[in-house]
Amino acid sequence: MMKRVTELLRAMGSHMVDNWIWRLGFACRFLWRTLVESGTSFRRIHLTFREIYFAGVQSLVIILVSGLFVGMVLGLQGYDTLARYGSSEALGVLVSLSLVRELGPVVAGLLFASRAGSAITAEIGLMKATEQLSAMEMMAVDPIARVVAPRFWGGVISMPLLAALFSAMGVFGGYLVGVRLIGVDEGSFWSQMQSAVDFREDIVNGIIKSVVFGVAVSWIAVYEGYAAPPTAEGVSGATTRTVVTSSLAILALDFVLTALMFRGV
Amino acid sequence: MMTRKELDLWVGIFAVAGIGAMVFLSLKVANLASFSSADSYQIKAKFDNIGGLKVRAAVKSAGVVVGRVSEVRFDNESFEAVVTLNLDSRYQFPKDSSAKILTSGLLGEQYIGLSPGGDSANLKGGDSLKLTQSAVVLENLISQFLYSKAAEGDAKK
Repeated sequence: MMKRVTELLRAMGSHMVDNWIWRLGFACRFLWRTLVESGTSFRRIHLTFREIYFAGVQSLVIILVSGLFVGMVLGLQGYDTLARYGSSEALGVLVSLSLVRELGPVVAGLLFASRAGSAITAEIGLMKATEQLSAMEMMAVDPIARVVAPRFWGGVISMPLLAALFSAMGVFGGYLVGVRLIGVDEGSFWSQMQSAVDFREDIVNGIIKSVVFGVAVSWIAVYEGYAAPPTAEGVSGATTRTVVTSSLAILALDFVLTALMFRGV
Repeated sequence: MMTRKELDLWVGIFAVAGIGAMVFLSLKVANLASFSSADSYQIKAKFDNIGGLKVRAAVKSAGVVVGRVSEVRFDNESFEAVVTLNLDSRYQFPKDSSAKILTSGLLGEQYIGLSPGGDSANLKGGDSLKLTQSAVVLENLISQFLYSKAAEGDAKK
């Protein structure tokens, strides 16, 4: 009996070391290499622009449409609850604060992970499976500098812009539903929002969050692609892992950042 | 495949839209443009009890926002709260103006109400207000009410 328990513990421990600690160490070393080799992606800025196009511009439609709908739903739900307490003018505050502080960075990050992160992983994984990365090495081109770093920086630059667009679209959606559809007073909608939302506390903290999520998603995406087993199965597994891991990372990081930023004076 | 020029154009549009959204959020949503601290002057006011007054609460006179609370401190010599008010320098008040801590609505947030006095000299930066009225603490109000009720009851017997 005792022997079985120790065996089980040993199996769990070795699984832990092989699958988690080892991967984390490799991922950190990989991030360091990416940062060291990222000179090329700024010297040949066109490489990074190309990745901003694929990660950022092509995610615009989904980000704008979801932002609009999230804002409109917030407008409807917020009005329903606020009207019970006779303070429906505070709708602007509710919509803008929840978007700028939480929903903008988090939902934009989740959409970005599934729209752009999975594409980055699949692309790098397939390049590895078809031995394009090894071919580059043969030609003395560092695949980390030429392939990985531009994708990483493209994601890091795109993410804050997408989150800001998401929040702006959401505020517009809340305005459409609250003021145009339901008929909350337009003046108090904007003025209450402006007196409640603080630039340093809310807007800057939201931008910091979106930068952190951008780094996390891009890092996970390029790492999973680079570490994927060079088979069809391996690439598909890596793509799934990118979406799952980065979604979990976004939610966990969001809790940590919120706890650090908004502890209430 | 897309040409290099077209691709750059799209990235440019994306960057302009993203930065535009950030500017919209800072100016229209957070109203960064108004109330810069450059054209304001500071005065101090001492209160026995500030209730739930917070930093950045509004300072209103006749219902119009004329400034914000910039600091709340406890004075360890007079055992009073010292509140620093940042007033917009467009608005000038007589030297004997008084400050009250008021509440907007029944459960709303607290703000400072400035009532102008009759002095011919105006307040300058660094001055302090002589006349102040503390926040109304609901518990004190209830206990006063209960005491007066009890006293009425005793008097009837």
